[in-house]
Amino acid sequence: MGNPSDGAPQHGGTVATAGQAGGVFEDPGIPPHRLRLSDTDPKAAKRAERQVTALFIISVIGTVVFLVSYFAIDLGPTSTVDTIRTQNILLGLSTAFAMLGIGTGIVHWAKSLMPDHEVSEARHAVRNEDDRQAAVKIVDDIIEETGIKRRPLIRNTLIGALALAPLPALAVFGDLGPNATDILRHTMWAPNAQTGKKVRLTRDPDGTPIRAADVTIGSAFHVIPEGLNDLKENRNNEKAKAVVLLMRLNPEDLHISPGRETWSYNGIVAYSKICTHVGCPVALYEQQTHHLLCPCHQSTFDLTHECQVIFGPASRPLPQLPIEVDSDGYLVATSDFHEPVGPSYWEREYS
Amino acid sequence: MKSLSQKRRHPLAVVALLVMGLLLTGALYSVASSANKAKADTGFSAADVTAGQKLFVANCATCHGMGAQGSPAAPSLVGVGAAAVDFQVGTGRMPMAANGPQAEQKPAQFNDTQTRQLAAYVASLGAGPSLPDPAMTDGQGDATHGGELFRVNCAMCHNAAAAGGALTRGKFAPPLAGVTAQHIYEAMETGPQNMPVFSDANISPEGKRDIITYLQTIEKQGSPGGAELGGLGPVSEGLFMWVAGLGVIIAFTIWLTSRTS
Amino acid sequence: MSSTPTSYQPPTKVGRIAEFVDQRTGLSSVTREFGRKVFPDHWSFMFGEVALYSFVILLLSGTFLTFFFNPSMAETTYQGAYVPLRGMDMSVAYQSSLHISFEIRGGLFMRQLHHWAALLFVAAMSVHMLRVFFTGAFRKPREMNWVIGGVLLILGMAAGFTGYSLPDDLLSGNGLRIIDGVVMAIPVIGTWISMFLFGGEFPGTAIVGRLYVLHILLIPAMILGLVALHLIFVVVHKHTQYPGPGRNDRNVVGYPLGPVYAAKAGGFFFIVFGVLAAMAAAFTINPIWNYGPYDPSPVSAGTQPDWYIGWVDGALRLMPGVIGDIGGYRQHFEFMIFNQTLSLNILLPALVPAGIVFTVLFIYPWLERWITKDNREHHVLDRPRNAPTRTAIGMAGFTFYCVMWAAASSDLIATHFHVSLNDVTYWLRALFFVGPIIAFTVTKRIALGLQRKDREIALHGRETGRIVRLPHGEFIEVHAPVDEYKRYRLVAFESPLPLPAQPNAKGVVDRRERRRAKLSKWFFEDRVAPVSPAELEAAHAHGHHEAIESAPAGSGH
Repeated sequence: MGNPSDGAPQHGGTVATAGQAGGVFEDPGIPPHRLRLSDTDPKAAKRAERQVTALFIISVIGTVVFLVSYFAIDLGPTSTVDTIRTQNILLGLSTAFAMLGIGTGIVHWAKSLMPDHEVSEARHAVRNEDDRQAAVKIVDDIIEETGIKRRPLIRNTLIGALALAPLPALAVFGDLGPNATDILRHTMWAPNAQTGKKVRLTRDPDGTPIRAADVTIGSAFHVIPEGLNDLKENRNNEKAKAVVLLMRLNPEDLHISPGRETWSYNGIVAYSKICTHVGCPVALYEQQTHHLLCPCHQSTFDLTHECQVIFGPASRPLPQLPIEVDSDGYLVATSDFHEPVGPSYWEREYS
Repeated sequence: MKSLSQKRRHPLAVVALLVMGLLLTGALYSVASSANKAKADTGFSAADVTAGQKLFVANCATCHGMGAQGSPAAPSLVGVGAAAVDFQVGTGRMPMAANGPQAEQKPAQFNDTQTRQLAAYVASLGAGPSLPDPAMTDGQGDATHGGELFRVNCAMCHNAAAAGGALTRGKFAPPLAGVTAQHIYEAMETGPQNMPVFSDANISPEGKRDIITYLQTIEKQGSPGGAELGGLGPVSEGLFMWVAGLGVIIAFTIWLTSRTS
Repeated sequence: MSSTPTSYQPPTKVGRIAEFVDQRTGLSSVTREFGRKVFPDHWSFMFGEVALYSFVILLLSGTFLTFFFNPSMAETTYQGAYVPLRGMDMSVAYQSSLHISFEIRGGLFMRQLHHWAALLFVAAMSVHMLRVFFTGAFRKPREMNWVIGGVLLILGMAAGFTGYSLPDDLLSGNGLRIIDGVVMAIPVIGTWISMFLFGGEFPGTAIVGRLYVLHILLIPAMILGLVALHLIFVVVHKHTQYPGPGRNDRNVVGYPLGPVYAAKAGGFFFIVFGVLAAMAAAFTINPIWNYGPYDPSPVSAGTQPDWYIGWVDGALRLMPGVIGDIGGYRQHFEFMIFNQTLSLNILLPALVPAGIVFTVLFIYPWLERWITKDNREHHVLDRPRNAPTRTAIGMAGFTFYCVMWAAASSDLIATHFHVSLNDVTYWLRALFFVGPIIAFTVTKRIALGLQRKDREIALHGRETGRIVRLPHGEFIEVHAPVDEYKRYRLVAFESPLPLPAQPNAKGVVDRRERRRAKLSKWFFEDRVAPVSPAELEAAHAHGHHEAIESAPAGSGH
């Protein structure tokens, strides 16, 4: 094998090949052509012709079935799942037959009836040396005619202008969204700024408040802040930060660190449901092992040790929501979370 | 219910295990009485209780103790209620065949009458969740509300299509297709094994009925798009594309480029 | 073009049409160039076509879907046909996706066809790239086209991901949330990018509309442009061919475009369409009705991306965030730098493996060319076994990818094989590092073994399984010699020796060159030389038993 069309023999490579000691085999050329049954036997050719025709007819049938089932089955607000499924299967299979009939028919035709002689075609050089020289000369001439090399002032001001021109685009992109990282710190759990009224913990999705006595040992409540369902706008934004998982353990099982003694109530604890890894809801509570598992990346948090990470890719414990009981016996949040919930971000400070 | 062979990383696990007996006797009892409007089951006759006790002593007492007061190997059954017995024994999870990460479902060892007798005996030991009201398991609730409750409370473990999912260290949440309405209700009410308890104060009986309705609806109607591929989501879809889809395509390419004889 | 109608009267109907068109367009030269252009035929050459055809099907079905899809995140209440969702609050985007699925005739079929075609599109591109890599088709002059292919793969993944997120169901919403979490981990500008992307906080009301524009306009346009460029290069270079009798670097052997190749390629489009239609008819894909509308609180077990994003998701799963208690302190991968947070537990797995895979992929043609100093054009492919080190490198990379891919389904591996989720992760963490090394070693040994087998067959022929007892009592197995065409296929390859360090123009061997020589040694030291005619001669002289069989076979020696 040589260096057929490089055009630059001096760079032909310095590959050290071996096995040449005993010579190389000579290329015997393309093997002799073998005739097909349909080339020699007119009956076989006729048979192939009939098969191709049959395949095209199958395609026609497929198209007809598609049209019939399209118009025969109508869908609307009262369609049942059975109707929808029937239509999907009919339309899909008829399309499949319509397409496969044409496809296999053409291929069968090509394989059995069209000439199947292999032919050899010479490759041409990807490039032509004359073209290259001419092209280089043209480009050189063009550059010369612009005079850009002789007039550096023009060149430099043009570069400057082009460099600045994209700035408006950057400014426009700035309007895609606000950059208000402080909103990531606050959730709906903060007590009302004016009245100081503390936010009740309510059931997700119904929004009914929860009494401490309702939370029995071993149970897990999915919790949203009171008033979330009444929000007119940004409901999902607030919900994405505020969702909480509420559980009750035997108080002896809880290992409470100094400063958090008042954050739980009789073994009832509330933790942010948003994973500190990349933000999936950590909703799997194992009531015997007291593990919380995130179904997205398997981060596992130990509820008895203030949701420390014991497995998986998360690095930080889940933030705890301080809770207490109000005068009516309902659970309320004493304050907002003491740290931002959810995944880490650059501006997040450690609390 | 609880396996000893299960490996735990957590140092507290040993303590937790020891506390388990206490926890389930004392706490569950008080809890059940306060929250689950527990009542002593009145539907059982004294004969049921006696027969149940005999069955219990012969089949369950080795682990749970003669008076069902529990042992290091198994929790106390005082106050777990008839619902827990009907679920555990009715689905074949109890008696446990072997220690594993969790008790697995298998063909039930006791018939309906025996299960009922066992439930009667355990219910007689202390008040706990009773067998569900048939009206709450009829599947005639609100499927939309049930679906919403299911996605919030159940889908993270059991999968949005109720196809099941993995928990830590070999435990898993089973698929829910084919599970009877009564057993689903009892599981929510009693929180078997690592499943949390969804007491009536958390999800009302009507809410549980809605969830059952939703599950029955999706199981009965099937998928409008054809075969569900296990309902497992993108993984089974991707696998199907690589194995079946690409397999068929490759078969066609080989046919297409082969020479006809 | 210069001929006038009066001077030339075409005798046939085709001629008359050609005359009309040619006078106005001059397209005859194109027909002349392409009409009988030769294309080599091999099943492994078809994957590029599969990708192209799936893309065409994506454009067709996608256009249908845009007629009915509404990318608005405004809230509405569902009143459609699907009973278990009736009365739910949801976004208009999700509602219109349900509307397409249940109330538009053929809408569900189109959705499923579109999604299956998307999975096939990326799968076919991946297999095509593997074929190109393992056969050395990326070598000069095709390096640029290899890079274009790599960019197309990335664009295919981007197209898939933006589409996955459009229906605004629970699965896609949680997928977006994961992307948001990864973006936020980017140092310095992460929070900004997240806020720009979502128009404020996650999830906001802007993201679906923005992804929609990328999905139906920007990304398809880029793919279309690059596909055109890719195909132009295929025409310029002409297709590669497998080694064999009559095939060399100066020719191309195959079927002419018209009629055989065009018929096969054209027919194949309908076959791909038919297979995808059958899948869309009978197999559910992305059952958005099960997932429900997006809500930041719920999540489903088995929340995974589509397969082509799986490996990145798997890398995220494999990374430990905490490495236990060392020296009395909890050691984790999140650091504080000047009071700013750096989350290496997210950044490392999100960027490093993908960075490695794509960097190696893009520079590999130049890397190999530098090591081997082989600056020649190659139009004849390598059989993978005849380039053992390259094949081994490819398998190492493939294994690296597959470990991460498997990690993305660790929970399903756990439930379906009844093993512990945690153990699956531990094993895959080990395989992440060890797997590629094992794959490299094993593959190289297998390739060398296959080469020896080829030598054996070329020298002594094929084993027939027939045992013959010779007159003097010796038992031998009869070997049937291969004919010269088959033999040529086995012996027509190069087996380069390591190339020692060469002095440069100044006559100095610099350090870079010495390093190259070391790599060349590593690349070529384990080699099996092809059989030479002299060796064959010698083998036949000794192998008298072959005379028995070779006489009737008449292979001429």
